[in-house]
This record gives sequence, C-alpha cells and structure tokens, in this order.
Amino acid sequence: MITIAGGGLAGLSCAYELLRRGARVTVLERAPALGTSSVSRFAGGMLAPWCERESAEEQVVTLGRRAVDWWDQITPVTRRGTLVVAPSRDRAELTRFARRTSAYQEVSGEVVAELEPALAGRFSQGLFFDQEAHLDPRRAVLDLAAKVQELGAEIRLNSEATGPVDLDCTGMAAARPQLRPVRGEMAYLRCPGVDITRTIRLLHPRMPLYLVPRGDGIYMIGATMIESDSNGPVTLRSLMEMLGAAYALSPGFAEAEILETGAGLRPAFPDNLPRLEEAEGRFFLNGLYRHGFLLAPAMAEAAADRLLSGERS
Amino acid sequence: MKFYGEELSSRLFLGTAQYPSPAILQDAIKVSRAEVITVSLRRETTGGTGAAFWDLLRDLGCRILPNTAGCHSVQEAVTTAQMAREIFGTPWIKLEVIGHGDSLQPDVFGLVEAAKILTDDGFQVFPYTTDDLVVGEKLIDAGCEVLMPWGAPIGSGQGLRNPDALRAMRAHFPDVPLVVDAGIGRPSDAAEAMELGMDAVLLNTAVAKAGDPVQMARAMAGAVDAGRDGFQADPMERRDMAVPSTPVLGLAEFGPEFGGEFE
Repeated sequence: MITIAGGGLAGLSCAYELLRRGARVTVLERAPALGTSSVSRFAGGMLAPWCERESAEEQVVTLGRRAVDWWDQITPVTRRGTLVVAPSRDRAELTRFARRTSAYQEVSGEVVAELEPALAGRFSQGLFFDQEAHLDPRRAVLDLAAKVQELGAEIRLNSEATGPVDLDCTGMAAARPQLRPVRGEMAYLRCPGVDITRTIRLLHPRMPLYLVPRGDGIYMIGATMIESDSNGPVTLRSLMEMLGAAYALSPGFAEAEILETGAGLRPAFPDNLPRLEEAEGRFFLNGLYRHGFLLAPAMAEAAADRLLSGERS
Repeated sequence: MKFYGEELSSRLFLGTAQYPSPAILQDAIKVSRAEVITVSLRRETTGGTGAAFWDLLRDLGCRILPNTAGCHSVQEAVTTAQMAREIFGTPWIKLEVIGHGDSLQPDVFGLVEAAKILTDDGFQVFPYTTDDLVVGEKLIDAGCEVLMPWGAPIGSGQGLRNPDALRAMRAHFPDVPLVVDAGIGRPSDAAEAMELGMDAVLLNTAVAKAGDPVQMARAMAGAVDAGRDGFQADPMERRDMAVPSTPVLGLAEFGPEFGGEFE
C-alpha cells in the first residue's frame, strides 16, 4: 500500500500512475473537499510547452509535450492551439517571442481574423502554435480524482498525514529546502458577447497575459508572477493590468462581468523546474511552479517508476 | 571607485527583475562579477514578504541597493525607502519617482523633494534622474553624493540617446560618481557609457531578457571593463581624412632594373 500526502494535482496524478502500474494507493487530503485547497484551481490549464519555452528551460518542452494525450484520457481537452498577439507598440515583443520558441506559424492579420473573428482588425500579425491545447483545471482535478477512485484508490478528506507517508505532494506545506512561493493572480470573466475559442496570449513587456476560454462565454485571465508569500486578495494594480489586457484584446470585454478574482502561491525551486526528491524516508514531488498541468503527467510517471522500483537510498 | 565611502571594484550594477528563474539570475550575477545588485520592493511583495526570494539574493554576498521602482509620488517613494531600509538593513536607496506612466520618465521635482527628505533621514541616495545639469545640482544640494542619469527610457534598450548631454554632465560634475541607469540594451552601449567617463552602469532588462542571460552578463562585464580601459587610455581624436598607419617615408624604390614596370 502506498500512501500519498496531498490530494491536489500532483498527488492525484501520482496516484493515477501508481494505480495504472497495479499498486494500491491511499491519498490523504487535509481539505474537506477535493480541489478546494489546491493551488491548481487558480491555474490557466494551458498545455502549452512551446509557448512556455519563451521563459523556461528546454525540459518544459521535453517533459510537457505528451501532456495533451495524457489528459485526454481523463478530462475534456480543447485542442485548438494558442494564438500569440501583441499590440502594435509592443511588436518587438512578438519578434522576441518568436526567436525564443518553436513549432509555430507566423500568421497575418487576416489569418488572426479567420482563427478568431473576435480579434479581427485589431492585430496585424501573430504566432499560431497549433499543437497546443487547454483544459479546465477545476474540472480536470475532479475528473482525475474520480478516475483514481474508480481504479480503487481511497481518498481520505480532512486527513492530515500523521503516520508514515511514501510520497509527499503537499506543495508549499512540505517546506522543502530552497522551495519558494511565487504569487499568481487571476480573474474569471463572463462575457457572452465576445466569442474566443482558443488560448490567447497578449505579449506585454511587464507581464505575459493570457486568456483561456472556459466555455459558455466564461474566460479566465491571468496571471501575475510575484516573488511574495502573500495569498491575500488580488491587488488593484494586478487586476487593472489583467482587465486592461482583456480590453486590449477586444473592447467587447468592457461588458464582461467579473465573476471571481483569486490569488495562489505556486511552489517553485530556484530553476523553476519540478523535482522528485528523496529525503526523510519518503519521496517528495514538488516545485511544479506555473507548469502544473503541463508537467504533472511526466513527473507522476517518474515518481511511480521510482516508488515501485524499490530503489531507495 | 567609492560610492558613499564604500570601495567597489566592479563598475557594473545589476538589477534582479524579470529573469527566467532565480537560478539563472544567480549565475548571471556571478559571471558579471557585479558587487551591487538592485532589488525592487514594490513588485516583489504585494502585502506579504518576498522573504524566500530575498534570501536567495542575500546568499550571493553582493551589496544590495533596494529601489523604489514604480513609485509615482514623493510619499510613496519615501515610505518604500523606509521599508527597504528595515528589510535589508542598508541606508542605500536607489530613488525612483516616476512622472509619466508610458515613458517612465523621472518626475525630477518629486525626485529632488524625496531626495531631501531621505538624506535628512540618514539615507544614502542614488537618484535615477535625467541628464539635466540643473536637476543634478539640485540633487547634490539635497545631499546626494551620486547621480544616476538615464541613457534612454527604462527597459527600452535604445542605448545612449544623448551622449553629448552625458559628456556635459561628466564635465560639469567631475568629482561626483555618475552611473548611467536605464536604456542600456547591448554591450556596445555599456562600453560607450564607460568611454564617456561614467563611473559605472546599472542595467537589468538587457541581461534578464536576453536569450542567454548568463552569456549576456559576461558580455556586459567585458564591455564595462573595455569601456573603462578605453576612457583611461585617452583615445585618439577622430579625423575627417585617412592617415596611413604605416610609414610613407623611406620606402624602397623598385625601378625597371629590378623587374618593376614603370611607364
């Protein structure tokens, strides 16, 4: 029997990979309901390894490229790619983004308008990453939990891990050496008047902003990256930047209702890459940073292999 | 080179924002050999503390120059400076009072006012200013012992937009340490600033947003050294006409008897 502490994205992904290998698994989650205390509820849910490469190591591409197929077995995945655009005054940012990334087509304003009619006439060029996809993070975590339970795992809510644990996936609570929080802020909008069907990234020198459609006229916009341990409410400045970005994409967002704002703390190591560590008689999977949905599958596979190979130092 | 009585051997000051990761930031600072790093308080906190990130910076063993980046009023800048002194335990402060949201041009009136308040309170102020000589004098009057004129707007990477003004500043303030702050985009810009006789350059985006920040940090360090050496070596004057670099007198003459063909 393998005991996992933490029933968030990392813990459940590992449980799934262990179950697929025939292990028996118990997951301990301290929250009273699934998905409520996991930082993944503030995620964009982008499966966008090529775009992320702009500011991340090559590993994010190599580990993340299979994530789309992995999630497709578990939860609905929207495979419509990512469209990257920039306001004309920030055209240099688009050039820079293109130089740092791969697997895109340069598209004209006409193609931007064909892909997303809501953006017609607003951007004279863009980059289209057609292999990328997105999912709904809140639904994905619940679907993953259901799958894990279907495969026979027990998920105990309201349960702090007091006894021995094989794998710790408790994020910031694990307090690993060198682990630091990076605050991220986001907002949910409802705007049936604007119809956008794929992830849009709006390049901006101060922060990379993205908008992910959730269906039914609902959009998630994010996200700030601030070196802070505060998970207090969104600040006015951050909200203004995000809402300003939505408005720059389409003035139709002026009519949007702001359904929700939120902030979470992403656990990150100094290289912003996840780590599978062995210490204190257990394994730790941590530091998924802003790449939770993208890198959890590959890291969970690695964790399951290590745990079941019996290879412990 | 002394800044407020502190002896520094590196003439490159490095900012710590916008790097792909803290690990890359650490490597970049190491290869740059910078001894002074700037840290922004405003963007890195939002109510909580940036303790974990600041610990990473402290571990580098550099002197920390906190800044008031993003402050738009005297009061905001003064409050941020006071917070920074408490957190980092240093009287040094890079003072920014931004006057315009788009160009991030300094509000020089607010800057002089804030500099006076802070120096009276015991701070050692590094003011981010324009290349205006009168503003420079007012800042010195307010108690500043260093001036940090811009090369170009923050983050623009345009290089030195007005080298003549910086040259005039050098001539006008021969004994005040001058640091070109903002606008450096490429190593040649940093070298140019040093060749003008500036005492140091402060840059951030040019390194942080390069494809390989560590390699760019090394390039900037080399450029600052080269520019400084070039300034001290007293470069030749420019001329309008070519001057041959090999001697023209005493050349051997090759007549027909040696097989040369002359008409």
